[in-house]
Amino acid sequence: MIIKQIVRVTGVTKDFDLGKIVVNVLKGIDLEIETGKYVSIMGPSGSGKSTLFNMIGGLDKPTEGKVFIDEVDIAQLDAYELAWLRCRKIGYIFQTFNLIPVMTALENVTLPMTFAGVPGDTAISRGMELLAQVGLEGRHAHKPAELSGGQQQRVAVARALANTPSIILADEPTGNLDLKTGEEIISLLKQMSEEQGVTVISATHDYKMLNVSDQVIWIRDGRVDKIQDRDELEIHTGGMSS
Amino acid sequence: MRQLVVLPWKQSLIMSYKSIRARFFRSLVTTMTLVLAVSFLAFSQISIDIADAMLVSDNPVFHRILLQSGYDILPDDVSLSASPKQRWIVVLSLLVCVVGIINAQLMSVTERFREIGTMKCLGALDRFIVRIFVMEASMQGFAGSVTGAFVGGIAACSGAIFRFGTDILPIFPWQDILSTSALAIGTGIGLSLLGVLYPAIMAARMQPVEAMRVEQ
Repeated sequence: MIIKQIVRVTGVTKDFDLGKIVVNVLKGIDLEIETGKYVSIMGPSGSGKSTLFNMIGGLDKPTEGKVFIDEVDIAQLDAYELAWLRCRKIGYIFQTFNLIPVMTALENVTLPMTFAGVPGDTAISRGMELLAQVGLEGRHAHKPAELSGGQQQRVAVARALANTPSIILADEPTGNLDLKTGEEIISLLKQMSEEQGVTVISATHDYKMLNVSDQVIWIRDGRVDKIQDRDELEIHTGGMSS
Repeated sequence: MRQLVVLPWKQSLIMSYKSIRARFFRSLVTTMTLVLAVSFLAFSQISIDIADAMLVSDNPVFHRILLQSGYDILPDDVSLSASPKQRWIVVLSLLVCVVGIINAQLMSVTERFREIGTMKCLGALDRFIVRIFVMEASMQGFAGSVTGAFVGGIAACSGAIFRFGTDILPIFPWQDILSTSALAIGTGIGLSLLGVLYPAIMAARMQPVEAMRVEQ
C-alpha cells in the first residue's frame, strides 16, 4: 500500500506584527499527515496550535514556508481556487460551532452544498441523511439557538461532511462542551473518519482525544515538540490518567 | 474551476430575505430613514410640479393664489424652481439619510462578522457576501422609497387641494407627479445602495480568521 500524504507543511513560520513588537508564533514547523489518519495537534494554549490549524486550513497565510494540500501549494491558489478548496476539500469544525444563527439545522448543512452547485433537492436529501447520521433526526427545522451545545456541534459535524471532504479540520471541537457531550463528538468524529476514510486533524488540549488519535503532534512554543503514533501513546496516556 | 463555486441568485435572494426577517425591527428603522428622506424629496418636488401646472394654466385666479401663498412669480416665468434654501434642505436630508444608512449597515455587518467568516470558510467568494448585502439593501431601499414616494405624493397633493381648493383638480399634472415619484424612488434605492457598498465590501474582503476572531 502506498502511503499518501494529504497535508505537508514545510518550514512554516508565522509572525504577528503588533506594531511595537513582532510575535513569532510559529518558529518553523515541518509536518506530514497521512491520508485517512485521525491526527491530534496537542499543546498548551498559546503554543501556536490554532495558528497552525489556520495555516493548514488555508484560513491564514504563513509568513514563510509552504503548506501543501494534496501536493498543491495553497499559497499559489487564487481566490476562486481557495474558495473551492474550502468548499470541497476541507470541512471545518470550530470550538464555537459557528452555525449561521438565522438558518435552520438543515439549511446550515446544505449551505456548503449550495456553494458547491448541488441542486436543491439533492442537497436537502443529503442534508437529512447527514443529520440522521449525526443523530439529529427530526431536528432539521430547529435554529441553532433551539439546540444544545452538543447538538449544535453535531450539526457542525454534518455541515463539515456535506461535500464529502478529504480533510476535516476541527479546532478545539470539544472546548465548549461538557465531558460527556465532548466524548460523544469525539467518537462521532472517529466513526466518520473510520467509515468514510476522512483525514481528521484536530487542534486540542483535551486529553480525551488521545484515545482515538492515530497520531499526536505535540506543539510547544511554536515548534513541533514530538510526534507520537498510537502505540507509543497508550503508555503515555496510561501515565496521564492515573 | 471558476464555475465550481456558485451561489444562485435565487438562493442569495432567499438568504437576504431571511436575514432581513431575522432583524426585522432594525431593518424597519433603516427603512424608515429612507421613507422620511424620500417622502420629503417627493413632497417638495411634487409641490413644485403642481405649482408649475397652475402657473402654465394661464388662469389669473391661480396666479393670484400662487402669489398669495408665497411663490415669487415673474411675468415671463414658465416654471417655478425650488428656492436655493429648499434645495439645500432636500440635499441635507438626503445626506443625513445616507449617513444613517451607512451607520446602520456598518452595525449590521459588524454583528455578522462571524457569520461572514463562517460562510467564507464554507467556500463563499467575496462577491457572494457583497451580493447578499446589496440585495438586502435594495429590498430595503425599494420598500422604503416606494412608501416614501407614496407618502410624500399624497401629502403634496392633499396639501395642494387644501391650500388651493378643488379647482386645481382638472389641471393636476398627473404625468409629472408620476415621473417625479419614479425619480424619487430611484434616488432612494440609489442612496440605499450607496450606503451599503462600503460596509459590504469591507466585510467581504476580511480574511476568515480575522472575521471569526471577533468576540461576540
